[in-house]
Amino acid sequence: MELIYILVISAVSAGLSLLPVRRKFVPVITTLGSLAILILSLRTALRAARGVEEVALMNWISCDSLGALVLLLVAFVGFTAAIFSWGYMEKNVAPTNERKIRRYYARYNLFLLSMLAVPIFSHVALVWIAVELTTLLSVFLVSFENTTEALEAAWKYVVLTCMGAAFALLGILILYWGMSISAPGPFTWAGLAMASTQISPVLLKTAFVFILVGFGTKAGLVPLHTWLPDAHSQAPSPVCALLSGIETTTVLYAILRLLPILQAAPSIHVEAWFMVFGLLSVGTAAFLLIQVKDYKRLFAFSTVEHMGIILVAAGLGSSAAQYGATFQMVSHALSKSFCFFAAGSTLLAVGTRDIAAVRGLIRTSPVAAVALMMGGLAIAGAPPFTVFLSEFSILKAGLASGHYLITALLALFIVIAFCGIMFPINRMVFGKPTEPAGRATVSTTSIVTLVLAGIPVILLGLYLPGPLLELLRLAATFLGR
Amino acid sequence: MSDPNIIFSVLIKLNALTGGLFLLTAFGTVAMRQVLASLNIFILQSILLAASAFLLGCQHRSLHLFAVAGITLVTKSVLIPFLLRRTLNQEVYARREISQVLNIPTSLLIVVALTIFAYFLSSPLLSVADEPFVKSNLPIGIAGILLGAYVVMVRREAVPQVIGILSMENGAFFAGVSIASGLPLIAELAAAFDVLIIAFVMGLLTRRIHERVGTTDVGRMTSLKEE
Repeated sequence: MELIYILVISAVSAGLSLLPVRRKFVPVITTLGSLAILILSLRTALRAARGVEEVALMNWISCDSLGALVLLLVAFVGFTAAIFSWGYMEKNVAPTNERKIRRYYARYNLFLLSMLAVPIFSHVALVWIAVELTTLLSVFLVSFENTTEALEAAWKYVVLTCMGAAFALLGILILYWGMSISAPGPFTWAGLAMASTQISPVLLKTAFVFILVGFGTKAGLVPLHTWLPDAHSQAPSPVCALLSGIETTTVLYAILRLLPILQAAPSIHVEAWFMVFGLLSVGTAAFLLIQVKDYKRLFAFSTVEHMGIILVAAGLGSSAAQYGATFQMVSHALSKSFCFFAAGSTLLAVGTRDIAAVRGLIRTSPVAAVALMMGGLAIAGAPPFTVFLSEFSILKAGLASGHYLITALLALFIVIAFCGIMFPINRMVFGKPTEPAGRATVSTTSIVTLVLAGIPVILLGLYLPGPLLELLRLAATFLGR
Repeated sequence: MSDPNIIFSVLIKLNALTGGLFLLTAFGTVAMRQVLASLNIFILQSILLAASAFLLGCQHRSLHLFAVAGITLVTKSVLIPFLLRRTLNQEVYARREISQVLNIPTSLLIVVALTIFAYFLSSPLLSVADEPFVKSNLPIGIAGILLGAYVVMVRREAVPQVIGILSMENGAFFAGVSIASGLPLIAELAAAFDVLIIAFVMGLLTRRIHERVGTTDVGRMTSLKEE
């Protein structure tokens, strides 16, 4: 039942956000709603860690361990971003413009609802609809600032991802066709994985290519990533945390679900597809990172890089690498949302997104500077943060399974990306300011968010709690037959 | 010769005719310069999609496909055009697109190549099941998707781009009615609702762009890019 409650709560908070009442009411409702969702998701995840699959509606709504893992990530980032929105809206929207604030929160809740639905739905056609809705419900969040650039970014975002969705739709219909002619059964992820040995490999392959192109566009895989840095840098910072941290993860989750289905036909070499597209994304993003002039764009390109890393890890195929892939999904979502909270605090403090214009942030706003430094180190993969551990486990698994060239390339690209991220951030934080600037204050809700989002980023780099470890292991079993 | 056989062959011929006209409308979305004309072509295409679903429904004797035909007719040829006309004013529809990325004769040649490619893509799939309806619908559906994608890439006006995307969805469903006729009705309803939201969101966004930037020539919005 938890799963139904989760969907209902986010729908209800979206409705309540539109009520014309006192302006403090809306952020409070959104925060409380997302907190309730987080608690329910945590319960589902704890049960999934013991190997129990949560079924709310047979063959339609259910959540196995991989789904529960993604659900937990969405709920956590949804909660922290809700708190961060509070201070961000206070500073960016005039207090008299209550309608704009109410609309923001209503859209925020609807967007969260669509992302929660992706791991909760198990019927594949409904998953497609949920993925498509994540785009449509976030378009006006991307264009929220209503500047020319934001509108351009929103347009590119909706056009490219909807094109992708049409391709993915045909792929899913072909999968359904294959299933209905050779092995009729429930059209769910589990049902497909069971039936796929009897589906003709030609159908599987065509469906896979269409879905990979379609969902790959939305997950930001190179060469279809061009919209991502625009949309993920023009949106308000709390929305960026959702887009970059978890929206891409939920779509990648849908792609990863294909892995056991496609492995039924060894002639397709689905692992090779994953590794090639993954490496292409990691490499391209690493080199594009070097020339970026906007620090939110920097983190957006890093998302493309991390999507590639997860795809490569899933393609490596050994169970250690599959574990690395699920771990990387967790560490990326947590670290990337933290990075955008840090970038958002910096933006509130200095008022510009231009890297060259920010120097000596440590004097202007120590809180934002420390957060930005920590976020940069965490996402670039420095110890003792969680991304370091997950990337390390992937590289180790790559060497152990004998993919030396791929592991070497992956390590090289990660190092290049590390430099690409850390040099500009170092200059922003410690560089010599050209003109003396006054101190800027960071709002309380921003500090609360940074602390809340920062704790797991450090903690999981030092110690993995037992249930989470179990959940990661169980989830990894869904990435292979 | 028995009755069902004659009906069957008539249905196949009618469906092939619908498919041919569907492909023609897909060509039309590429060739039409006027914004209003491309909207009208889209309405015609949606009616053809509904017709194909209806013919398949007659063949399989399935109420389900009749429902799909009904849903398609209501959402795609009535509600979506209504929404798009409501959100944007007449001036946008009266526009003629003078400069496309490629001129129309070149475009049509490329589009013919894409159609041949669609047949090439679907030929290995057709060997899996020997069904006359799939044989006509699947390649045309794939061609519809590819042509829609091409429209989005070459047109610069906002509304033709929206129509390109909607006709991609039409292409997917044109293949879908033949290959996935057993898809649960709830999924079909949700998908129709989804297409409606696409039209609504993109129409509204176009209006915002029109108000803020003063043009719907989205092809010229290029301030965001790598140096």
